[in-house]
Amino acid sequence: MSTVAHLEEEVKSSAWSGGKSPFSVEYGKLMMWFFLLSDVFTFSALLIFYGAMRFKSHSWPDPDVVFRSVPGVEHGEYPLVFVGIMTFILIASSVTMVLAVEAGHRNSRKEVLNWMFWTILGGITFLSCQAWEWSHLMHEGMTLHHNPFINADGSTGAVQFGQLFFVITGFHGFHVFTGVVINIVITINVLLGTYERRGHYLMVEKVGLYWHFVDLVWVFVFTLFYLV
Amino acid sequence: MASQVISPEAVHHHDVHGHDAHGHHHESFLSKYVFSMDHKMIAKQFLITGIIMGVIGMILSILFRIQLAWPDKEFPLLEVILGKWGEGGRLNPAFYLSLVTIHGTIMVFFVLTAGLSGTFSNLLIPYQVGARDMASPFMNMLSYWFFFSASVVMICSFFVETGPAGPGWTIYPPLSALPKAMPGSGTGMTMWLISMAMFIASSLLGGINYISTILNMRTKGMSMTRMPLTIWGFLLTAILGLLSFPVLFAAVILLIFDRSFGTSFYLSDIYIGGEALPNSGGSPILFQHLFWFLGHPEVYIIIMPALGITSEVISTNSRKPIFGYRAMIGSFLGISFLSFIVWGHHMFVTGMNPFLGSVFMFTTLIIAVPSAVKTFNYLATLWRGNIQFTPAMMFAIGLVSFFITGGVTGLWLGNPSIDINLHDTYFVVAHFHIVMGCSAIFGMLAGVYHWYPKMFGRMMDNKLGYLHFYLTFISAYLVFFPMHFMGLDGVPRRYYTFTEFEMFTKWIALNKFITLAAILGAVAQVLFLYNFFVNIFKGKRAPQNPWHSNTLEWTTPVEHFHGNWPGEIPAVYRWPYDYSKPGAEEDFIPQTVPLSETVSSNTPHDFGFHGDESQFVHEYYQPKNVSAAVEQNAPQAN
Repeated sequence: MSTVAHLEEEVKSSAWSGGKSPFSVEYGKLMMWFFLLSDVFTFSALLIFYGAMRFKSHSWPDPDVVFRSVPGVEHGEYPLVFVGIMTFILIASSVTMVLAVEAGHRNSRKEVLNWMFWTILGGITFLSCQAWEWSHLMHEGMTLHHNPFINADGSTGAVQFGQLFFVITGFHGFHVFTGVVINIVITINVLLGTYERRGHYLMVEKVGLYWHFVDLVWVFVFTLFYLV
Repeated sequence: MASQVISPEAVHHHDVHGHDAHGHHHESFLSKYVFSMDHKMIAKQFLITGIIMGVIGMILSILFRIQLAWPDKEFPLLEVILGKWGEGGRLNPAFYLSLVTIHGTIMVFFVLTAGLSGTFSNLLIPYQVGARDMASPFMNMLSYWFFFSASVVMICSFFVETGPAGPGWTIYPPLSALPKAMPGSGTGMTMWLISMAMFIASSLLGGINYISTILNMRTKGMSMTRMPLTIWGFLLTAILGLLSFPVLFAAVILLIFDRSFGTSFYLSDIYIGGEALPNSGGSPILFQHLFWFLGHPEVYIIIMPALGITSEVISTNSRKPIFGYRAMIGSFLGISFLSFIVWGHHMFVTGMNPFLGSVFMFTTLIIAVPSAVKTFNYLATLWRGNIQFTPAMMFAIGLVSFFITGGVTGLWLGNPSIDINLHDTYFVVAHFHIVMGCSAIFGMLAGVYHWYPKMFGRMMDNKLGYLHFYLTFISAYLVFFPMHFMGLDGVPRRYYTFTEFEMFTKWIALNKFITLAAILGAVAQVLFLYNFFVNIFKGKRAPQNPWHSNTLEWTTPVEHFHGNWPGEIPAVYRWPYDYSKPGAEEDFIPQTVPLSETVSSNTPHDFGFHGDESQFVHEYYQPKNVSAAVEQNAPQAN
């Protein structure tokens, strides 16, 4: 009844039958995805640890009280304003990264350079903001051993608040820093015309994935430390 | 994204490179043997480093076995070898704890994770999926060198003043978090953490590479369900490693902050020498959760490559298709998924909500199902097979034996009510040494014996192989089986001189027996080392396909060169288990043989047809002749 005469010597040719990438991506991009998947678990472990600590503690400092300073304003009380600006800058740098990747698809070297520049600038600005925030909090007395901010219920502040803040935002900041360094390396390559000669700007796309990931993680860190 | 066309060169970037790279340049000693980027050489590097680490781990175990068997006796030789750790010819108690810790760490991570999956993933993935090399040979090289550095740091911790890490391979805080807690918590512990950080980097680089290679670089026709089960084992092992090691990494980061920067993530209400520490609010149990989220998948990271290797070895040497190929894949998937939701069974006695304990019991006991599927499939493959008892086959059957013995005790320990009695006793020691220690090492040895001709182009000596097998098999059972009974009697693990307790003095005779059996097992490994290292240079030259196997690696020339196949990469037309196919001329049909060349043995199934056979018509299909059909139907007619 069923005859499949033409199939014999030809090998099966669905996406998964071998001889090509089932996702139509080049191996480097696949590797980046898997690396990010792995990193998701690192951050998840840290953030779940944070959640467990916070639930374990009978009370927790109120973020609106802790994060209310803005540089240049003495004794100002602007909860979430500064971190809002930081977050906006980081997300904006993700947008410029998208534009860089898009320009890469059109093989427009000049535009890639332009958008990469803004992305790097965004990253550096974010890191600078974080440095200011850290030093300000340390100035107020928050260290790895001490937490000057009282809990929302008026009891002595849980010391894990500051410790987790420094470790987790620090770990995220380290990711941003790495991202900035990688972005600079890639930009230098763009400048030297490496990818123009190669004919594609896939490398920009790969570091773009990393950059968006770092951005996405910040959304979670931001939510857990500053909002709730 | 959608509009972008990826050129085949980009997808198979290495394809093109490997093709014109081989033979055109002379490799220096450094680039060939040291900083090699060739998957075959990296596999050998992993294997030999793994073997060296294995020998070290074994010597450590003999040292503490001597202490357990003769706790009162003085061995002046110990002082000669160990210096201050063997003062007066007796093992130092702190050093005993370090020995146990480093033995566990080395065996679990360095031998059975990197040594096993590093060796065989590197060797077999490109070979068996039909690729010129790994997706990123450079990352592959880095992976090895991170592993090597991790090994060096781990070994160097023997030479610091306070000795190597001593809190057990699970490094529970507070012992691991307070450098002053005991000698083994000092510098040695710091070096342990550094070493493991490098190890995690190595495993990440390796794992990403393995997964990308398997998914992206399979040759034409090598669909996922035509891959040898070894590759399925390596794929899922790599995925488990990719998802669980980062959690250990997170735990280690927090631990480092507790150790070195005075945070209180895992520490609370602790006194050292009567003095209260300032830490408060931390939870050591959270560390256990993070650790075992890695720790449990880790045991499957160890066993799954061994199970994959065994599937291949048993099928080849039974000259039969593996029984239930898809069930084997399904059970791999089942084990992988379940391995992430059972970690709590390591913590039944650390203060967990009993309801949560019963949830973890439930998930734990379900793992028995896919494990049993595997075991029964091995037995069904062996059943009425034309079994070739090669040394590799002996070890593979040995794995099945250990997997059953150790698996059964796993059912005991998975029950919280039984585990409360057996927790931290020798019963647990017996259980995991049999089910993951012996099973995995037997799988690894099966792999070494089976693929030795492929790795070195020479044959190992069979007689020595058999002797090695019998001595190892017997001594392993003699060592670990009696431990069950000690555990049932309540003998705790990790004790320096438990036979000093009145109620356990009766075990001293058995302790001596176990130690002697362990020494016998260690001596047996010398046979293996001799067989392995001497035959690299002196062994009989290997034929191209010594075991008459179907998989792609045996279609490559015996002589190694970068790129694996001299011409084009062969395409694949069938699954890898066409052994003893009815109607075929030989008892094996390699994956590269097209269906058009095997008309006499083709079945409608080979063409994807699953209906009534008599209805099937195809130019390369020869219906079984009528008389045969009548004969087959005869019993029904009567």
